[in-house]
Amino acid sequence: MDLKEYFSLVFNDYTLRTITLGTAILGAVTGMLGSFAVLRKQSLLGDAISHAALPGIAIAFLITGTKDTNILLLGALVSGLIGTFWIRGIVKKTHLKSDTALGLILSLFFGFGMLLLTFIQKQPNANQAGLDKYLFGQAATLVESDVWLMAIVTGLCVFVLLLFWKEFKILLFDADYTKTLGFNTKTIDVLITSFIVLAIVLGLQTVGVVLMSAMLLAPAAAARQWTNSLSKMVFLAAIFGAFSGVFGTAVSATQNNLSTGPVIVLVASVFVVFSFIFSPSRGLLFKQIRFIKNRRDLELHKTLAFMHQIAETHQDISHPHTVKILNNFQGYTKGTLKKLVDKGFVKIQSNMWSLTEQGYKTAANLYNQQTDSNE
Amino acid sequence: MEQKVAIKIDDLTVAYNYKPVLWDIDLEIPEGVLMAIVGPNGAGKSTLIKSILGILNPIAGSVSIYDKPYKKQRQLVAYVPQKGSVDWDFPTTALDVVMMGTYGSLGWIKRPGQKQKKAALEALEKVGMLPFKNRQISQLSGGQQQRIFLARALVQNASIYFMDEPFQGVDATTEIAIINILKELRKAGKTVIVVHHDLQTVPEYFDWVTFLNVKKIATGPVKDIFNDDNLTKTYGINYKVSIQE
Repeated sequence: MDLKEYFSLVFNDYTLRTITLGTAILGAVTGMLGSFAVLRKQSLLGDAISHAALPGIAIAFLITGTKDTNILLLGALVSGLIGTFWIRGIVKKTHLKSDTALGLILSLFFGFGMLLLTFIQKQPNANQAGLDKYLFGQAATLVESDVWLMAIVTGLCVFVLLLFWKEFKILLFDADYTKTLGFNTKTIDVLITSFIVLAIVLGLQTVGVVLMSAMLLAPAAAARQWTNSLSKMVFLAAIFGAFSGVFGTAVSATQNNLSTGPVIVLVASVFVVFSFIFSPSRGLLFKQIRFIKNRRDLELHKTLAFMHQIAETHQDISHPHTVKILNNFQGYTKGTLKKLVDKGFVKIQSNMWSLTEQGYKTAANLYNQQTDSNE
Repeated sequence: MEQKVAIKIDDLTVAYNYKPVLWDIDLEIPEGVLMAIVGPNGAGKSTLIKSILGILNPIAGSVSIYDKPYKKQRQLVAYVPQKGSVDWDFPTTALDVVMMGTYGSLGWIKRPGQKQKKAALEALEKVGMLPFKNRQISQLSGGQQQRIFLARALVQNASIYFMDEPFQGVDATTEIAIINILKELRKAGKTVIVVHHDLQTVPEYFDWVTFLNVKKIATGPVKDIFNDDNLTKTYGINYKVSIQE
């Protein structure tokens, strides 16, 4: 199947449509919430939460003996929440920094989860196969009810975001100040964190424990490059996340044996790399271009300033001088001279140059203008 | 002259991990003063402000604002945190940050509207930052960022202002602009409390001063208590400064 075929099938084929919708919705909700995690400098929180969810899945299976997705994810949610609030507790009550607390809980819960998974696999019970799919996710197992659940959670998340937008924004920017205004910062914090946990748990089936944090971070990191407004960033992150889901699914559907979760994560990373290079204001490419342009402008200014210096000593500012008195040291090259002529600052007659009225004025105000444009 | 007491602090004690940062502070701040809190690094100056504002929980002691507990008087108090306490690369504009000053009076859920925007623009004008209202905050200079923080507090239209090192890392122009606004606030009958580091400017800028080094050393009018004796008690070395009367 090639990509064309995929896009013609996606509207008719039940399985493809379900998976595509599911990954798109998942990408959108994790992208939105990921913006908050990134801006709070809690990028690793997502990783810790997803790993902390693993023992919950195993325990839910051990207790109920079923492999019903909703029950397993409920277990994941409970253990994810326990892990998260344990991290908060450690940071608050001890000297440990948050990265240490995150690392501790991540490995503790993941280790315990792996232990339980091995234990389950050794059980003489035919039913146990397939729990390990939660490690790397398996989008193919998505069914319509899973997608509905994702859609409902996403809808709820959007509603809460819109409702408490002001509170979320101010908490992200300045938590102490938020407290002095009389807001209960703990409530806002718990609200955001709970939604992050919820979104991560929903993604475990599709993307898996190990790669889930990329879904949270990649769209948000990419979106940050394109805008300086929080609302646009959240919106863009949702779009990037959704597209990563769709393209990832499409690419993995066109090849045999390409698992969907990792491909989605790779597509999201492509968004990140592209954004880091090509963003107009923050991207590496335009930064380099601006740097080169500034250097050229500076050469031009140097030449013009030198000409101004000479012209000043004459009554007639357009008095011609020989090109030979200019040299590299003043930033002079044939190219810069030609540019000055093109701009109408300088006139050339045979081997003589002279400043025009406009060129003289520009040269005189060269540095004033610079301070103006700064202010 | 009988002055009303704006802030009354009783037995305030704060500790980080068993180590006392503030020890048994009693302090009365009269209404309408422009007060500096001075003391060496680690003396608990910021901690004192943060404990008054409920950002930190003291182990003991109480704070009252105009004879009522602080929690009931929040709307009377505005806060300017240290500039370095936030991430200035946050995706937002100068106007947006100043608007945050109105969030307290709005309460939960309600969005700021035209009235709040107008107040924010007026505050920006007052600190001379109106031309920068749509500027992304990371593209402001340190002094401009400090002015934005000041404007955000002005929007709160409070009676008492707490400022944590507002002169840190700003140039002379901004320092003068800020101190003029503070003096205007005092003229309007507001109480302004500033954590301050530059001892040279204390007599020039402030009329009230509190010396702090874990314990309260002294508090009162600058002209009465800003002397070598108290400076030495606070900073521990023989601290000679020339006091301009």
